[in-house]
Amino acid sequence: MHLKISFLMVCAVISLTACTSSNRFDGSSTNQAAENFIPGSASDPESVPYFQQKVGDRVLFEVNQSTLTPEGRIILDGQAIWLMTNTDYTVIIEGHADEQGTREYNLALGARRADEARSYLVSRGVSAGRMQVLSYGKERPIEVCSEESCYARNRRSVTVITSGLTG
Amino acid sequence: MMIRVLSTLFALLGAIPSFAQNGPLRIEITEGVIEPLPFAVPDLMAETSDGFKIGQDLARVIAADLTGTGLFRELPSSAFISQVSNFDAPIQYADWKAINAQALVTGAVSVQGSKLILKFRLYDVFSGDELGDGLQIVGSTDGWRRIAHKVSDAVYSRITGESAYFDSRVVYVSETGPKSERRKRLAIMDYDGANVKYLTGSEAIVLAPRLDSNGERVLYTSYESGFPSIYLLDVESVERRSLESQKGSMSFAPRFAPDGQTVVYSLSQGGNTDIYSMNIASGQAKRLTSAPSIETAPSYSPNGNQIVFESDRSGSQQLYVMSAGGGEARRISFGDGRYGTPVWSPRGDLIAFTKQSKGRFHIGVMRNDGSEERLLTASFLDEGPTWSPNGRVIMFARETQGASGRTSLYSVDITGRNLRPVRTPEGGSDPSWGPLQQ
Repeated sequence: MHLKISFLMVCAVISLTACTSSNRFDGSSTNQAAENFIPGSASDPESVPYFQQKVGDRVLFEVNQSTLTPEGRIILDGQAIWLMTNTDYTVIIEGHADEQGTREYNLALGARRADEARSYLVSRGVSAGRMQVLSYGKERPIEVCSEESCYARNRRSVTVITSGLTG
Repeated sequence: MMIRVLSTLFALLGAIPSFAQNGPLRIEITEGVIEPLPFAVPDLMAETSDGFKIGQDLARVIAADLTGTGLFRELPSSAFISQVSNFDAPIQYADWKAINAQALVTGAVSVQGSKLILKFRLYDVFSGDELGDGLQIVGSTDGWRRIAHKVSDAVYSRITGESAYFDSRVVYVSETGPKSERRKRLAIMDYDGANVKYLTGSEAIVLAPRLDSNGERVLYTSYESGFPSIYLLDVESVERRSLESQKGSMSFAPRFAPDGQTVVYSLSQGGNTDIYSMNIASGQAKRLTSAPSIETAPSYSPNGNQIVFESDRSGSQQLYVMSAGGGEARRISFGDGRYGTPVWSPRGDLIAFTKQSKGRFHIGVMRNDGSEERLLTASFLDEGPTWSPNGRVIMFARETQGASGRTSLYSVDITGRNLRPVRTPEGGSDPSWGPLQQ
């Protein structure tokens, strides 16, 4: 829990910096992304924000399913490449379910989803020792409406970068 | 004089069978009572000067207990013809018959320092007789609600012939905050929502607490290590310890065996969730299921010989029964939809469950073999039944729809009647009803 909170705070600081910086650079060279490179921001391919936003930190699942979709595999392929490049990081893969299920079943379903993502990353060469799985069941939805549009985004696994140091 | 004559007359009339109930005062709970039995509880008489207020409060709690069952209907004091001013004076049955009070509870209370002494009697008005003997209950003034519940328990038992459930407690998850960031902490309360006491903080998510058969210990799931795992907590001291902390695994859905020595729970490893049992003292665990499907939410039969659980081995969530030692399981749910969270009735005759069907959630009951399925509730999200100690009432959590969805506790009786909210200071979920207290 502590790890996660401090991690979120780091993100907040980074995005603030990114925001101020991009304002400063505004209008100087809007077409040339390379010149907008800010270490630690989403424009830095080695950064956590880049992993979250550009690579994509989450994959979505069908109702009651834990089988990866073709879109999910593409995201995980990207994650695998990134993790193989940035080998200092360890991750926790969170599994989540939508609210349409009983509590215990959703915990088990979240565990299945998280493990499906983990196994796929292992099959793509990421060391199993760098990954842990964690199920939240239906305890932590990101969308709160009671409609399929929200449910679809809540049925997810999220690859959370937990530290910059392996082990 | 006139009153005396009238009462004699009514007493005579009362003897004519068509006028009064046939036979002694009795409610058969299983038949699904349509017409609640009218009763009166005058304020308990104060035998010491500081007993007036508490005498009134005690009568209110007794009345609330009885009316809360849906089996009884209270007659307001404004309807009373005679006042009960002396605990030992003869009852003016005619006056109570005249307002159709079938049962009358009278009592007297004295406060001696921190000690409360309550005497009460129950009358079968139409038979013109006491139902059972008068009783005296001594307790602390702090615990006055428990004393009132004890009176209600005696009244309920004498009239229904069943054991009662008023002097019992419920452990549950108290919830605050928005759906996306619910803060949860364990709490214990009286069965009616009074005397809430918090057992944990809300720093970590806590889920599905389960009381043992003495009401002294709680099993639950907590994320305090960062990962869900099962804990054992002592209600009195609120001391807790982790029971299962294998690296790389998650444990949840714990429940006590009737002996209180064993816990049955789910362990998730490598994406697969199975059921295990563990001896609490030794920590020795035994795997009870090994299938690639999800096996969770186990609950023992009251004799400890069998376990009912849910599994999606057939492709969807269904209920199964196996021996307490594991092995072959037989499916018992065959209706439309998905079945989860089975809980064996303390009487051993029924299994309560959550059912999802056509986008709705239900609390239901079925016989141990899956026959005679009966749905008791329906809503956007009803979940997690728990049995009253006498196996006649089920408490569960209901969540409302949408972004502002809130979870709260409800109870319903096993005939599907008398659905009512259980008032708690904050939101509530995952109730677990403890035993009748000694």
